[in-house]
Amino acid sequence: MIEPLLTQATAATASAIGKPNAVAMAFFFFFIAVTLGITWWAARKTRTTEQFYAAGRSVTAAQNGFALAGDYMSAASFLGIAGLVSTTGFDGLIYSTGWLVGWPVVLFLVAEPLRNLGKYTFADVLATRLKQAPVRIAAAVGTLSTVIFYLIAQMVGGGSLIKLMFGLSYETAVVIVGAAMIAYVIFGGMLATTWVQIVKAALLLGGAAALAFMVLAKFGMNPLALFSAASTKYGAGMLAPGKLVANPLDTISLGMALMFGTAGLPHILMRFYTVPDAKAARKSVFYATGLIGFFYLLTFILGFGAMVLVGPDAIKAVDKGGNMAAPLLAEYLGGTPFLGFIAAVAFATILAVVAGLTLSGAAALSHDLWTSVVRKGEARPGEELKVARGAALVLGVIAVVLGIVFKGQNVAFMVSLAFAIAASANFPALVLSIFWRRCTTQGAVASMVAGTAGTLLLIWFSPVIQVDILKHTTAWFPLKNPAVLTIPASFMIGIIVSLLTTDDKAVAGYDGSVRDMIDGRRAA
Amino acid sequence: MTSSHQTLAAARWRIAIVLTAIVICIYFGFIALIAYQKEWMGSPIAPGLSVGILFGAIVIVASWLLTWFYVWWANNHYDAKLDALKREAK
Repeated sequence: MIEPLLTQATAATASAIGKPNAVAMAFFFFFIAVTLGITWWAARKTRTTEQFYAAGRSVTAAQNGFALAGDYMSAASFLGIAGLVSTTGFDGLIYSTGWLVGWPVVLFLVAEPLRNLGKYTFADVLATRLKQAPVRIAAAVGTLSTVIFYLIAQMVGGGSLIKLMFGLSYETAVVIVGAAMIAYVIFGGMLATTWVQIVKAALLLGGAAALAFMVLAKFGMNPLALFSAASTKYGAGMLAPGKLVANPLDTISLGMALMFGTAGLPHILMRFYTVPDAKAARKSVFYATGLIGFFYLLTFILGFGAMVLVGPDAIKAVDKGGNMAAPLLAEYLGGTPFLGFIAAVAFATILAVVAGLTLSGAAALSHDLWTSVVRKGEARPGEELKVARGAALVLGVIAVVLGIVFKGQNVAFMVSLAFAIAASANFPALVLSIFWRRCTTQGAVASMVAGTAGTLLLIWFSPVIQVDILKHTTAWFPLKNPAVLTIPASFMIGIIVSLLTTDDKAVAGYDGSVRDMIDGRRAA
Repeated sequence: MTSSHQTLAAARWRIAIVLTAIVICIYFGFIALIAYQKEWMGSPIAPGLSVGILFGAIVIVASWLLTWFYVWWANNHYDAKLDALKREAK
């Protein structure tokens, strides 16, 4: 699909996109060298499970703020939103705001209780007063579903983007991403992963800010002059809601998935265990929200900049989805070297996100399933660490294989699917177990199972699978994202099943868990 | 000391619920306006600025302000009470 378009476009616009680019390669190898250096340094400090999963709780609030931003700002949000804005104008802003509003929810509802009640995974929080085995198995299913779908989307998106930007073959790109990510996670654990995120966040924010500055410099440093140039050139409709919001319920549903899914993403939740205490967890969300909000404001400037300076037609000619808007803008403003830099930043972005995902998936397998369920908490010394590293290797290989299997498939829906599962399976159970005395083991498990199964089922019957992929004319379920139904349903099921069952240990443990939650005694 | 722990936990819970409700109202209010007041959201306020773009920027700034307010409250009021509780426990 992309290839014929690409050859046409390179002939028409003479862009260096898709040709091997010496600057991009140099930046890219520099990034790989630096991050492997970090991994080598981190490996010497990664000897225990606490160091492997939680970087020895040594990460500062500001560092964790950057790392959270690094985990969250995916290539989809950088290239995708800039592309969406460059071709549709205002509608892209709906996404920018949606991706940000989950963060206040993370801060208010989960960050501090999570830090004070758990050790390595969000299932630890559920297991403080509910029965270990059932809640850990259900939470691991929710975690692994979220992680796998997110990984596939990143791998496939990453493979195509890298092919488009560097001219590497798709399979080579996927294997390089997989190999580097496995090295970071297995040898350097959370410490290396954290620093890869920090380096990536700094590069991405720096690159986007430089690009936005160069755009604004052409418009007297006034964003309004830029927007008005866009509306003069392409019509006032560019500043108004367009046809992306044809179905309001769909927009609301996606908004709910983004807002509550962020607070259920396992790789985000896991980051709160890397800081020394709840206060640092709290501050780190404040930094992250500032950085991520700033970043989405920048993507809005970049999108409009690309629209006015490069033009929607030229952007769509290179990639139908508009994903090359930011790289094309970089090339327009700074020539091939700047294009190379932005391309390398996009690659770094994908690498960092997949590393975080793989680590959280490995923690669910080793900490929740192996040590707590199979070994009933009695693992031999050093065993859990070996299992965690093995799990990271297996997940990394699975990600590479699935990335190649899904080559050329439309996987954009998998990101919103991952958010919908996180919002419907992980978030309700977490909130119920933290804040509601009557929550029982059965209630939490029913909520997680129903959230995962319901989301998967409704996505299967939705237009994204039935119409876009299976080419049927209609879909039984009308919405592209099921969150508007599955989030309330998952809460209701958790509440009803809890009320119908008794779990004396859970109810009796509530006072103790409230105390641990606020004074952090257990965590200390 | 459990009852004073519970009072403090309840205070945090109230603030958390109110702030979460505000974020939900702001964001879904924005989405609802886009869905049902398209014309008005597209109307210009100044050259290059529509009502919708202004509101979008407000959603981002409001998210910042709400997180700032919570962190300020927690750092000053919540932590002070928590420290007092911990001293009492010793």
